[in-house]
Amino acid sequence: MQEFFSGIGDSLYKLLIVENRWEMLLEGLGITLFIALISTILGTVLGFLVGIVRSTYDLQLKGKKCRKFSDYLLKALDVVARIYVTVIRGTPVMVQIMIMFFVVFATAQDGVFPAILTFGINSGAYVAEIMRSGIMSIDKGQFEASRSIGFDYKRTMIYIILPQAIKNILPALGNEFIVLLKETSVACYVSVQELTFTGNMIASRTFDIFTSLIAVAAIYLVVVLVISYLLKLLERRLHNSDH
Amino acid sequence: MITDNVLIKVDNLTKSFGDLHVLRGINAEIDRGDVMVVIGASGSGKSTFLRCLNLLEEPSGGTITFEGVDITDDSVDINKHRQKMGMVFQQFNLFPHMTVLNNLTLGPVKLLGQSKVEAEKNAMRLLERIGLAEKANAYPNQLSGGQKQRVAIVRALAMNPDVMLFDEPTSALDPEMVGEVLEVMKQLAREGMTMVVVTHEMGFAREVGTNIVFVDEGVIVEQGEPGEFFGNPKNPRLKDFLSKVL
Repeated sequence: MQEFFSGIGDSLYKLLIVENRWEMLLEGLGITLFIALISTILGTVLGFLVGIVRSTYDLQLKGKKCRKFSDYLLKALDVVARIYVTVIRGTPVMVQIMIMFFVVFATAQDGVFPAILTFGINSGAYVAEIMRSGIMSIDKGQFEASRSIGFDYKRTMIYIILPQAIKNILPALGNEFIVLLKETSVACYVSVQELTFTGNMIASRTFDIFTSLIAVAAIYLVVVLVISYLLKLLERRLHNSDH
Repeated sequence: MITDNVLIKVDNLTKSFGDLHVLRGINAEIDRGDVMVVIGASGSGKSTFLRCLNLLEEPSGGTITFEGVDITDDSVDINKHRQKMGMVFQQFNLFPHMTVLNNLTLGPVKLLGQSKVEAEKNAMRLLERIGLAEKANAYPNQLSGGQKQRVAIVRALAMNPDVMLFDEPTSALDPEMVGEVLEVMKQLAREGMTMVVVTHEMGFAREVGTNIVFVDEGVIVEQGEPGEFFGNPKNPRLKDFLSKVL
């Protein structure tokens, strides 16, 4: 028994203390969080815009004929948006990040920027569909009531539809952020020194793969739990504001 | 400038959904102060007719002239004209994320440029009228069906419209709540509000209607004052319909 505990202590000592490896892990975590945060923002903005285009097309133009220039523009945007969503959701993020790093940014020294771009664009496709489903789930009567008062489409969206839609999709969005955070581990394949990469590197020095991978997994888990908790607080707050 | 009393004039209005011809040429005139009650079997096109009046449904053909302006013209800003046409729906359609008070003030503040204080004062006056002033800060899902519909009526009234359109306003209500909604509508009619009402409430039609319209298969087959309309119907389809609902 004593041997067992001293074994654990020894493993942790090698994992964390030797060469100040806890600092390396902390740095890796920092890069992971940085990539996740920036690509979440990028993905949310992108997904929001694409979701608005897709749902506006569905609500305003689907099944109708284009009559004005703006109709044709919307239709073209919708086609682009649909291709974007289909391609991104239909290919592995691993392949996407390798294309981004080895093809698009072939001369890049550092993988952080290509990684952020990849995860942002990737997440945008999912957020777009979440947004669209949120908007389409709002009862048609809400549009009609707002339009009958005299609000145009844009103001109907801003005052009536989006506040209800965003509250409804918050759990799905939160889930998407959590998935994105974990997905950033893929960036280790383009040598971004984020958390998973760091764990691997330490394992290659200590020859103790088990301890370092478990440690990395535990760190991800703690971060996810913290984010889940924060999202729950936010949801509760939004629900308090009515009913 | 049109000086006569006609508020809405409908000329040869048609509406098709694909191959389905719902309206096949409706002609109607609604004068200021009129209470036009539209009746007909389900699927006859009566609701579609009403929803065409403020272009919630886009007509396939014909014209609708509202206060002298052809609102079916593409160059017309329909949002401006809709402000003058209040609408009440079967399913109430209150905004669930806003308090009752905000439901009433949103339009006046954002569209009519009223100050918040002014709009709230006006809203409270309207809520007092329907006896729901104490619900001003409640959310719609805390109200009963009848209360919701009364709020929906005053939400439309808060925009100070020239005509009120009612699309089966009591059809989704529990029977014991129909009366309170009809009472508000009757009061409105007595005050001289121009109204177009699609309903199955024949008692209401008889009591406050000035012009009853029977729609069948997308056309108006008979219309008249309630006395003549209900007392001496001529069209066989109308006779058949009335024998079933009265």
